[in-house]
Amino acid sequence: MADAMSAQTIVAARGIKIQFGAVKALDGADLEIRQGECIGLVGHNGAGKSTIVNVINGGLTPHAGDLVYGSGQGHGIALARQNGVRCVFQELSLCSNLTVGENARIMNRNLGGWNWRRRALALVRNKLDEIFPGHGIDCGSTVGDLSIAQRQMVEIAISFTDAETPARLVILDEPTSSLDSGLAAQLMAYVRRFAAGGGAVLLISHILGEILSTSNRIVVMKDGKVVADRPTSAFTTRSLVETMGSVVKDRQRSTRQHTGERRLSLPARKGEGLAFEAFGGEIVGFAGLGGHGQTQALLDLYLSENGNWLPNRSPVAFVAGDRGLNGIFPLWSILRNLSIASLGALSKRTLVDDGREAELGEYWKKKIEIRTPDTGNFILSLSGGNQQKVLFARALATSASIVLMDDPMRGVDVGTKQEVYEILRSEAASGRTFVWYSTEMDEIELCDRVYVFRDGVIVAELAGDEITEEKVLASSFAGGEH
Amino acid sequence: MRISAETFRQIIPAVSLVLLLGAVFYMQPRAMSYTGLNLLFNLAVPIALATVAQMLIMSVNDLDLSMGTFVSFSACVAATYLQSAPLIGVAILLAAIAVYATIGMLIHMRELPSIVVTLGMSFVWGGLAVLMLPQPGGQAPGWARWLMTAKPPLVPLAIVASVVIAVVTHLIVSRSSFGVLVRGIGGNTRSVARAGWSVLGLRAATYALAGFFAILSGIALVGLTTSADANIALRYTLLSIAGVILGGGEFVGGRVSPVGAVIGALTLTLAGSFLSFMRISPDWQIGAQGAILIIVLGLRLAFNLFEKRRRTR
Repeated sequence: MADAMSAQTIVAARGIKIQFGAVKALDGADLEIRQGECIGLVGHNGAGKSTIVNVINGGLTPHAGDLVYGSGQGHGIALARQNGVRCVFQELSLCSNLTVGENARIMNRNLGGWNWRRRALALVRNKLDEIFPGHGIDCGSTVGDLSIAQRQMVEIAISFTDAETPARLVILDEPTSSLDSGLAAQLMAYVRRFAAGGGAVLLISHILGEILSTSNRIVVMKDGKVVADRPTSAFTTRSLVETMGSVVKDRQRSTRQHTGERRLSLPARKGEGLAFEAFGGEIVGFAGLGGHGQTQALLDLYLSENGNWLPNRSPVAFVAGDRGLNGIFPLWSILRNLSIASLGALSKRTLVDDGREAELGEYWKKKIEIRTPDTGNFILSLSGGNQQKVLFARALATSASIVLMDDPMRGVDVGTKQEVYEILRSEAASGRTFVWYSTEMDEIELCDRVYVFRDGVIVAELAGDEITEEKVLASSFAGGEH
Repeated sequence: MRISAETFRQIIPAVSLVLLLGAVFYMQPRAMSYTGLNLLFNLAVPIALATVAQMLIMSVNDLDLSMGTFVSFSACVAATYLQSAPLIGVAILLAAIAVYATIGMLIHMRELPSIVVTLGMSFVWGGLAVLMLPQPGGQAPGWARWLMTAKPPLVPLAIVASVVIAVVTHLIVSRSSFGVLVRGIGGNTRSVARAGWSVLGLRAATYALAGFFAILSGIALVGLTTSADANIALRYTLLSIAGVILGGGEFVGGRVSPVGAVIGALTLTLAGSFLSFMRISPDWQIGAQGAILIIVLGLRLAFNLFEKRRRTR
């Protein structure tokens, strides 16, 4: 296998498949990275970018397919690092309680021995000077005392140091998200120098200008597959956006117009971009790449209607996205999980009326078809999709006229999704307002109106027939340089 | 020069120790002597060792609720087997360290809350201690007795021992690669694992080292008291946690300071003597230690708020 590869290949992934529950994260993806290349990796939410990165750096074991490094076939963090594969993750991953030098020690296994502190410090300092001249970071200080941009710079610099095996492939996942344009330009210049010197870089960014100007090959992913893999010269911003999108398909749009009065509003975020508003009977979508401020906007909406300290009979219900983290009560029954938000209405003189609670359970069990013989069963006895339905029922069973949804359909099977969409439409028709953050295009297309987020700001508002994958993509990715 | 929050965190414990010491000297000038200092601080030596052990556990975001019973257990082993049959005694203590390492691995692999596991273990250690010494008794090994009653020239043993403990643990925890990795686990476990280290092995080693220091604490305690009792060190669980916090450590996030922990242990011991000098009954001592803790933590909180406000401005 190894001899069949060209000598300068750093890593080759072939036919990689990975499945998380019902979701196929990677469905036979191929990616080969050679020395001297800077590869731009683009794709919309759920295309599989992060997953393939995690396969290459050893964090995930593929369920099918081959992974071949320079030194041979196999997988695992240790093997990946031996082959000089480094990764800068989207979320900052330094230890904030340690100094810059100590963090470099953790990232470099072979830096031990006498006086390692001085060597670690020299390594980071030189690399920082090389990549970000005039950075002004005190390498003796604790990472927790640095600003976000400085932390990002330190993490990038540490990844490019070569104390153990030299860095051969550095994966940068949205490296410029917290850097200003000057620093981003310095980084991109360094990336080009690094690739020219025989290294390789895999660059993921939502700023297409950066990808187009820095990389020499662009890989476009979609639905867990690589759909295009061509030299950068073959792409323009426009063709790149088109490649990321899917073939235009027919769909029936509800040409419904909202009738209600204004229910919710939020001024422009960070003083930039557009303001938000939502009317009665409307389904409003939050689109854009994951982690660009949508969840924060939902939380702000929730807090604007609902105090932090005192409970009030708020007209707002919230459907959590991360079921395990902030959705279900894992030790409670289905019924308890469902009725928790409406206990006030179900109580008589502060005691919960069991009869009415059971009635409520039966009603919603029938209405949204929760597949269980008895709502007294534990919530964990349900499949993920049915647990999600219970969370929906929890929100819908309240008298709330506004329902905020934080990408709740993640990892839910198609059948359940269709059922929930049906419920949403009928509830909206009866006057409820839904604000729906979703990372899936199909769901965004169900909305009456869509706000697209980028870098924490609303950059576009689309309504009716304007809501197309192409338009959402074009707004999610910044066209030019920073 | 402006003091950073980190420096301030390191300074508060030292300042509070000096203030307390000043108060003690003011009320009882005779304490300002070789014997006086030794008497004030000699019970601090085992507490400092237990605090260091607790600090190691806390640096990986865990908490050891069996510290008191484990120190009692090692004190009992020291006063019985270690004295009468040293080989068996050493074997028992080594086995105890191995058990600590295993607990560390178990907590990591099964993702169990350390509080629950160590609370359970506290009954095991307590039971074993009672089996060995149903009544108070036993005898300290001669060398432990000699070590703890030694009279070095100029500076009393209690001070020398505290300095040695502080320096050694500072080298291990704050300077060595091992210490960096251990604190790295406390700060961001995932990034340590992503760099290819075995978090399991590191956690086991941390627990084993904590077990080692706790055993030293038990031996030092027996060296001072000459005999042991199954309940001799029950207070140490809370004292050690309080010492770490007083010394600038935090429950999570891998922020610990070995020198601070030793100073914290000294401060807590001194607080007891201070109250005795004030003729306040020992019944109030726990409450007074709590009050000291609240004052120091309050100061720290106030400073953190101040720092945050300055930064956002």
